[in-house]
Amino acid sequence: MTEVVQQNSESERQVQTIDSETPFQRFISEFFDSKTASVALFILLSIIILAVFAPWITPQDPYDLAQVDVLDGRQPPGAEAFSGYTMWLGSDGAGRDLYSGILYGLRISLSVGVMSGFIALLIGMAVGLLAAYAGGRVENVIMRVVDLQLSFPAALVALMLIAILGKGVDKIILALVVAQWAYYARTVRASALVERNKEYVEAAACLGISHARIIFRHIMPNCLAPLIVVGTVQTAHAISLEATLSFLGVGMPQTSPSLGVLIANGFEYMLSGRYWISVFPGIALLVTVVSINLVGDHLRDVLNPRISAGGGKAK
Amino acid sequence: MPNTLEVSGLKTHFLMRAGVAKAVDGVDFSIAKGEVMGLVGESGSGKSITGFSIIGLIDPPGRIVEGSIKFQGEELVGAPEERLRNLRGNRIAMIFQDPMMTLNPVLRVDTQMIEALKAHQDIGKKEAWTKARDTLGMVGIPAPDERMRAYPHQLSGGMRQRVAIAIAFLNEPDLIIADEPTTALDVTIQGQIIHEAQDLCRRTGASLIWITHDLAVVAGIADNISVMYAGKIVEQGNIDDVIDRPAHPYTVGLLGSVPSANNRGQRLYQIAGMTPNILALPKGCSFKERCDRRTKTCEVSPEAVERNHRIFRCHHPYFEEVKV
Repeated sequence: MTEVVQQNSESERQVQTIDSETPFQRFISEFFDSKTASVALFILLSIIILAVFAPWITPQDPYDLAQVDVLDGRQPPGAEAFSGYTMWLGSDGAGRDLYSGILYGLRISLSVGVMSGFIALLIGMAVGLLAAYAGGRVENVIMRVVDLQLSFPAALVALMLIAILGKGVDKIILALVVAQWAYYARTVRASALVERNKEYVEAAACLGISHARIIFRHIMPNCLAPLIVVGTVQTAHAISLEATLSFLGVGMPQTSPSLGVLIANGFEYMLSGRYWISVFPGIALLVTVVSINLVGDHLRDVLNPRISAGGGKAK
Repeated sequence: MPNTLEVSGLKTHFLMRAGVAKAVDGVDFSIAKGEVMGLVGESGSGKSITGFSIIGLIDPPGRIVEGSIKFQGEELVGAPEERLRNLRGNRIAMIFQDPMMTLNPVLRVDTQMIEALKAHQDIGKKEAWTKARDTLGMVGIPAPDERMRAYPHQLSGGMRQRVAIAIAFLNEPDLIIADEPTTALDVTIQGQIIHEAQDLCRRTGASLIWITHDLAVVAGIADNISVMYAGKIVEQGNIDDVIDRPAHPYTVGLLGSVPSANNRGQRLYQIAGMTPNILALPKGCSFKERCDRRTKTCEVSPEAVERNHRIFRCHHPYFEEVKV
């Protein structure tokens, strides 16, 4: 008797655990099925933590000119600075400790990338949803503008804008937003077009629900999966684009160096054998961008119902 | 008191590059309060478009080109969008065919039901929740409190259709348009859903248009029946009359192709040919190509004839042979 009762409660518990597995939990367990993606996510999170806590874990504030000593310049990795700490990754031409410089540079690169990616996502999403929902002439006009925008290389658009607007963090973010919103708009429009023609949208219309509510409550949440994927990949793209602009000397100013500025600074010393000034920031940039891309790629696999059999879409 | 719905001379056409598709081409019917009308026809006969015309959701290139739809005496053709939206889901509700598709997959059942209530009533969230749960209970959903918190994919097909029906009945509408709501369900669930819908209509006094291609379903639920073919109603009348003594050859063909115990072992009747291309309807009677009673007179389009509370469009109805 007691055994039966035990079995019953056992099976009940099992039923409950199956029931209580939310789509989010399934998404998590599916995501961590891939070792590459798990490692990439781990590296990415470490990079983010290092960047966020940079002021507390670096020996030098590379933005504070009082702490930067030109006499420390061009020291090889492992050399000791005049103020006593060891420069594990060496120093650049201005005497900045490269370890500190890289972490501070990561802060700037990541925040510029994420900020511009997020703003571009909001703008692109609104425009794409509007195009898909309105249809007709509105859609045609919007999508031709998007096509026009996409026919220029992103770097060229950003360069032109910087040339017009001038330097500064805000201007770089603006340039990156302009260079990127069209990707989001196109992605959102494509999936919103599919969702718009589904019956639940028609059913919502039959309930007399307002257009705004249908767009934002019904269509938008169903378009988020592809948007998250494009968002990650585009953020990586924004980071490397910012590095490109900085490398070309039109991005971040010398006084607050991002990774691109650090790489550019070391470029002139490359042939004289002082490889570390360019190579270490370069590795940092490479690892950041690659790990974001790996995470994004795997997100696409997990969130796309056509690639992964069980889950994804059934959110 | 005016009829709940009066449709007269309704023409909904789709103006396309290839020509004008006359999906609904002169449809008349009226529905009294509490009446259940079955709207029967093959795929593409215009029965769903008739439903969407009533609710005012015809997307371009479609357009109501002629006719009038009077809901409780109020003209709906050409009414402002704001007024129509106010009626939709409130006084006129719709139930769709595929319960897998009509509920938003990312929103919980309670969210979707409360939204439908709040769109038309000034009602508090708590009150709306209670009302939604009670309505779920009314359509025969066990443990409605738990189902309220479920996502659509956690429910079975029949359960989802019940939720859809509950949403339709939430605002206690006067007219419900059910567009093949049982087609995607298996037969035992079909029966339950039909019973549920019928019961709710009786209790709330709502009128019901039941769009289907399944005569057996209509026979079980409807008071009156309208048979549609190529955008026109070819026969209309009391359900028992029409099923026992069909007048139009098309209705005869439809009834003949339903398997029954009476003709066991015999070959089922099959209406010859295909539904005509709606872009290029034949001249005269649109059924003549498939009809075995056609003569020269069928080159002229038959007018609707009313006899003994029965309306049909045919030059050679079976009606005369069966003396009433």
